[in-house]
Amino acid sequence: MSVLLQVKGLTVHFHTKRGMVRAVDGISYDLAEGEILCMVGESGSGKSTSILSLMKLLSKSKHDIIDGEVVFEGRELLRLSESEMRHVRGSRIAMVFQEPNTSLNPMLSVGRQISETLQHNLGMDRKAAIHRSAELLQMVGVADAKKRLGDYPHQFSGGMLQRVMIAMALSCGPRLLLADEPTSALDVTTQAQVLETIKSSADSGEMAVILVTHNLGLAAQYCQRVIVMYAGHIVEEAPVLEFFNRPQHPYSQALIRAVPRLDQPVEERLCSIEGFPPNLVAPPGGCLFHPRCDYAIEVCSTVVPSLTYVSESHRVACWVCSKGS
Amino acid sequence: MIRVKALCKYYPVTRGIIFRRNVASLKAVDNVSFYIRKGETLGLVGESGCGKTTVGRTILQLIRPTSGDVFLDDVNLCQLKNQDLRQMRRRMQIVFQNPLGSLDPRMPVDRIIQEPLAVHNLLPRIKRSERVAGLLQLVGLESSFLARYPHELSGGQCQRVAIARTLAVNPDFVVCDEPVSALDVSIQAQIVNVFKELQEMLSIAYLFISHDLAVLRHISHRIAVMYLGKIVELAPTEELCQKPLHPYTQALLDAIPVLNPKEGAYQQAVSLMGDVPSLFSIPAGCSFHPRCPIAMDMCRRIVPGLKTVDDRRLVRCHNV
Repeated sequence: MSVLLQVKGLTVHFHTKRGMVRAVDGISYDLAEGEILCMVGESGSGKSTSILSLMKLLSKSKHDIIDGEVVFEGRELLRLSESEMRHVRGSRIAMVFQEPNTSLNPMLSVGRQISETLQHNLGMDRKAAIHRSAELLQMVGVADAKKRLGDYPHQFSGGMLQRVMIAMALSCGPRLLLADEPTSALDVTTQAQVLETIKSSADSGEMAVILVTHNLGLAAQYCQRVIVMYAGHIVEEAPVLEFFNRPQHPYSQALIRAVPRLDQPVEERLCSIEGFPPNLVAPPGGCLFHPRCDYAIEVCSTVVPSLTYVSESHRVACWVCSKGS
Repeated sequence: MIRVKALCKYYPVTRGIIFRRNVASLKAVDNVSFYIRKGETLGLVGESGCGKTTVGRTILQLIRPTSGDVFLDDVNLCQLKNQDLRQMRRRMQIVFQNPLGSLDPRMPVDRIIQEPLAVHNLLPRIKRSERVAGLLQLVGLESSFLARYPHELSGGQCQRVAIARTLAVNPDFVVCDEPVSALDVSIQAQIVNVFKELQEMLSIAYLFISHDLAVLRHISHRIAVMYLGKIVELAPTEELCQKPLHPYTQALLDAIPVLNPKEGAYQQAVSLMGDVPSLFSIPAGCSFHPRCPIAMDMCRRIVPGLKTVDDRRLVRCHNV
């Protein structure tokens, strides 16, 4: 499959009073067409920031640094002007945010908000746009789609609103969908429904998806490839089966162990990762995970490990793992 | 130790501005009964809006129930006046969902934990700081945290401080209202372990409210499943997880994504269609029937009662 998106050395540093926050620190990955990629990590690991910077949605002050290369369909996104970027957003790359009720305009009917995108990006007239909006709503599983077009966001439940968001994101047939924790605000039962919707539209529309989540279960169930982020770095990247059967990085292993499970006997204590994520203003030297790592050796506290291939499609940034193989 | 009998909380639904009249009542909690033994954890699970939190708060009388009784040992909390209730509050505490929001931003950790001691006038002032240091150690924080303010702490640390604060008065019963939902998995595991250790040491009874059955399975002895204000199933944890009797419990279990992907074994995860109906228009008969995969004609007409199965399980379904 051909490469749709290529990210090289993406770096986002924010300037704060306490110093530079290295939110995203030189991450690189590829995304093939039609692929569903999952980005997992704890809060503050830079997942959302890296996604927002792809869309150039971060408000950049003078001292912040956003650097690297983002090549999408042969174009360098970070170098595009704001007006050029407007043609990419929505029509080529679409986004679904975490909180559906704060991402929609409460004063406009849902139909108006979906058709607005269609009119703006595809140049449809109002009638055609409204007709298409109803089709889209139907597609994402909103019952009585035609009637509900006139409803306002507060008349929908959380799960239904997230579907409206997805309908809006899919409206212009994007090549890439960025879903930033699309189900974190929803109930487990609704979560499954919403992700099925995303997955089936990805399968039918040949659209690639980057799913940002902290829920490893979702990664296991819906994705083809997993990227684990820790403190602004990619620490492991692997195909989903490989990742859950043979996780290499100590952090990935610990994350998988920490998830409370239904399919295994209950143990006296849940496995947790001791300590807390590092301070991104003054990160520890060497591997950022070494203060919490059980396997840390001397070199870990001095030299930053680079992402190296342990097998054809499996990359890990860890001194212990790369030595073992 | 805690007995809840036919607890109800109805909110009036009004219409009209000048001639305001009650047209209906919204049944947030409808006829809920259970008991919790000393040192036991009862898990309470359900989707948002099913009344989990309201149950927790009505038990503590933070919200006064419409009807029903709550006994702590032999005292009926519902009949106590506010003044007497205050005495009882020393024995029952609550940990909230949002760790940062439940701590006063202008108090250092030291004062936050001391406050309940001062309110209940428990220890002479000189001895309080000693107790605070002990509590902090109990929840796994270093004493260097004493002088810090909540905004300097991470979510997990805030939650530990909140737990230390509830423990300050030596409660017998703690309502944990989604205490780990806002935390990351690795931190969530730490906090669940803290709750477990404290229970073993101090034999506190917990009502542990969560929307995540997997978390509850690790901490509860028994689990109650709520749907639209009613308990639909109540059973010992392992029995509930291995062999759920109510179709809603089954659906909740199915909806949790499984962590071991197998080649080509992708299963359709959706077993429950649609949304939770609004509490304003609870369906007739069994309130779950519009979403139930095994609904029969009877389910649409007759409200099922709670049946006892195997002596210790309760289930509200015509099919059992």
